[in-house]
Amino acid sequence: MRAPGGPEIAVGDVLLSVENVSLSFGGVKAISGVSFDIRKGEIRAIIGPNGAGKTSMLNVINGFYHPQQGRITFKGKTRPHMQPYEAARGGIARTFQNVALFRGMTVLDNIMAGRSLKMHTNIFWQLLRFGPALREEVAHRVRVEEIIDFLRIQDIRRTPVGRLPYGLQKRVELGRALAMEPDLLLLDEPMAGMNLEEKEDMSRFILDVNDHYGTTIALIEHDMGVVMDLSDRVVVLDYGIKIADGTPDEIKRDPAVIDAYLGVAH
Amino acid sequence: MLYREVGQFKTSYTSDQAIFPILQDRLGIVAIVIAAYLIGLTGGDFLLNAVLIPFLIFSLAAIGLNLLTGYTGLLSLGTGAFMGVGAYACYKLTTYFPNVNILLWVVVSGFFASIVGALFGLPSLRIKGFYLAVATLAAQFFLEWCFIRIPWLFNYNESGAIEVPQREIFGIIVTGPRASAQTRYLVVLTIVAALTWLASNLVHGRIGRMWMAVRDMDIAAELMGIRLLPTKLLAFAVSSYVCGVAGALLVFLWYGGAESTVFDINQSFQILFMVIIGGLGSIIGSYFGAAVIYMMPIVLRAVPGWFGLPLQPATVEHLTFMVVGALIIVFLIAEPHGLARLWQIAKQKLRVWPFPY
Amino acid sequence: MHLLYQIFVDPFVQMGTAPDLLAQTLWEGLVSGVLYALIALGFVLIFKASGVFNFAQGIMVVFAALTLVGLYQAMTRLGVVNPTIGAYLALAGTVVVMFLLAVGVERLVLRPLVNQPDIVLFMATFGLTYFLIGFGEYVFGGDPQVMIADQLHLPRGRIDVHVFGGVVQMQKIDITAAVIASVLVAALAVFFQKTRIGRALRAVADSHRAALSVGISLETIWVIVWFAAGIVALATGIMWGARSDVSFALEIIALKALPVLILGGLTSIPGAIVGGLIIGLSEKIGELYWGPLLGSGIESWLAYVIALVFLLFRPQGLFGERIIERV
Repeated sequence: MRAPGGPEIAVGDVLLSVENVSLSFGGVKAISGVSFDIRKGEIRAIIGPNGAGKTSMLNVINGFYHPQQGRITFKGKTRPHMQPYEAARGGIARTFQNVALFRGMTVLDNIMAGRSLKMHTNIFWQLLRFGPALREEVAHRVRVEEIIDFLRIQDIRRTPVGRLPYGLQKRVELGRALAMEPDLLLLDEPMAGMNLEEKEDMSRFILDVNDHYGTTIALIEHDMGVVMDLSDRVVVLDYGIKIADGTPDEIKRDPAVIDAYLGVAH
Repeated sequence: MLYREVGQFKTSYTSDQAIFPILQDRLGIVAIVIAAYLIGLTGGDFLLNAVLIPFLIFSLAAIGLNLLTGYTGLLSLGTGAFMGVGAYACYKLTTYFPNVNILLWVVVSGFFASIVGALFGLPSLRIKGFYLAVATLAAQFFLEWCFIRIPWLFNYNESGAIEVPQREIFGIIVTGPRASAQTRYLVVLTIVAALTWLASNLVHGRIGRMWMAVRDMDIAAELMGIRLLPTKLLAFAVSSYVCGVAGALLVFLWYGGAESTVFDINQSFQILFMVIIGGLGSIIGSYFGAAVIYMMPIVLRAVPGWFGLPLQPATVEHLTFMVVGALIIVFLIAEPHGLARLWQIAKQKLRVWPFPY
Repeated sequence: MHLLYQIFVDPFVQMGTAPDLLAQTLWEGLVSGVLYALIALGFVLIFKASGVFNFAQGIMVVFAALTLVGLYQAMTRLGVVNPTIGAYLALAGTVVVMFLLAVGVERLVLRPLVNQPDIVLFMATFGLTYFLIGFGEYVFGGDPQVMIADQLHLPRGRIDVHVFGGVVQMQKIDITAAVIASVLVAALAVFFQKTRIGRALRAVADSHRAALSVGISLETIWVIVWFAAGIVALATGIMWGARSDVSFALEIIALKALPVLILGGLTSIPGAIVGGLIIGLSEKIGELYWGPLLGSGIESWLAYVIALVFLLFRPQGLFGERIIERV
């Protein structure tokens, strides 16, 4: 489950730390001076009202946006301008708020595409689809089938994802991220727009991923019930500023958080 | 009845990952290839020369463009020029090294197109959609200008055109005016079939999935560790290679000589239309599209004649433009995945026949 | 060393020694720039209001011009003897044809493709291009036609301006073209900024769905803007036709409007004008002073290469808005 090259990090140690990060678009500040960390093996929630800068934070973490200030340290390595593919190579995977699947491809191909980084046969073998290329293809198919079994989507594996209902698309997207065998999995509102039953399923998958594969998870979610039940620690953003950080119980009682969500009573 | 997969159990992922998992499909492909070779041995000159050779060559060019536009989502209007690079490269190579097997040069000339294609693909990192289309127009017009203005490319011929010299393999004349239609057809068929097989392997593996990922959602692909520039450049290189070989075949095994106008912007559009009508992102669709677009004027010329209404050649040309233009729009509206999708639906129906579902 | 001299010094020496030739070239560059700008203007109109990159705009120019000439010939055959009346009737008829074209395009192409990806609409306009070429040649014949400039009472002849001890020749028709272009641009700018329909047009460009949800009728808007682009195409076609023949060979030149757009930015009317002038000028100057070095004819690709270089450094164009990608 480890990306090659990184130093060994024990469960409970800091896997990723965000220090004093600021990000702005033109004159608009999306994030200002936010610091927090994610420890190996935990489920870390990032919450906050709309426009608090949560998604921007994820975009900064996996290198899609480059913050004007501050630094990100992942597995002990600090990189000023990490590119998205470097983040992926380092073991950060991601799902998206508005499902970002490859719509023209089948479920199987989507998840297989998640393994692109782990496949290495060169173009000449690929052209012949023979020998090492075929062996590699089949070996990875086996791993992908495990994920398909885990997510219970066997019967739709040959369906183009564009034709699937929303809830299943979210599940396939999780599958595609899992195929990367990440150390850190970023989930951007994995339960948005789901009914109760689907939410229960998704919560179960998230906990299982965390348990079974030991994957560290950072999660953005609006459903407070889900957040409080799933996460080990919660960081709260409001207007791009961190206003609270702690266990779910601490967060529930934090006056600043209550103000941010309910508005200050005057 | 014949098209059933009942009883064909896949017992390994190897057989399930095969490109044609159904036995009847595999048999069908084998039958088509055998038939294609038999036609070559028995078919008449008109059929081979005016129909099948150009059909195969255009299919190959359409496959080339389809790798770029259909699979990777990068729209190119420079196909004609990339084909031209292949043709001129092949011409230069065979005049410098006349004793080397001409087929080797046909296959090698694609690499020159490949390099040029990748070069003009560089802007694709920053731009996409119609911006990229305009960038490829730069390639089209610049290269076309080179074909006219650099006399070295056509060996300073008075005519400004390539004249294909006679070349033999094992004593059989393959190129030049004296080569028989049968020989040329068999050569074209072999090269086109081989490249189709390789292209099909490529798109069904890791590289094909990376291309499609970039096409469908480039941001997600990037965040999954797929580097956009190398992936897109590879698509440009492979696509241009195939187009380049098609261009070399076009001149050496069909026209027998060519000026720069063969590779003008209309050629680029012609190939693009084959891809749209045949089906974006489909190898077999490239064949369908080539058949429709290439055969259209032939059919328009012939069919009214059978009913005693012969059309003027100019009218046929105008009608072709209108019908092709209208077909493009109709397909984009009704079936954006082209004839290939219709073919797939037909196969699906056949599988469950006689029941509708 | 000699090459460097030829590239960096010699052309400027030539410019200095024959300033009247330079002035003449600049003027010609400006004139072709105005024509490029007019075509680009049609593109921008449609792009602004429908998000469609209308590849057929260049063909619409030729089509409009051919229709005008064709209708005039039909008038003469039908017995309209007075050339002036015939010409203006033909002009009115062409306006009607352009309107019908706008309605037809909206009904048959745009409406069935609402909310499709931009690239699909773009490719659909390739189909439209081919259809219009085939249709135009089928109806009006494939031979080049002569524009009815005299019958429309467009000014003829030239003005000789004496500068730098030489003569710069300016065709009156070119000056008229420049004036008409300025009027069109001013009118469009007012239309977009000040009128209710203009604002609705801009809303549609931002999002089809959002515009629908606030009760703007896409159909009407699209017909209006395609019609407006058709009128711009007609004006361009007349000016262009008066300088040379009218035939579908102009298609290649019409494609030059694409690099103009890249340079100016797809949504900017001033961008289309400035971009057109830059391309027109650099083509003529480049061809005259640097062309001989490369073997002439560089006009055919210089515009595209300029646009290409531009794309690498400023993809949104001179006046375009920067797009921030979101996930």
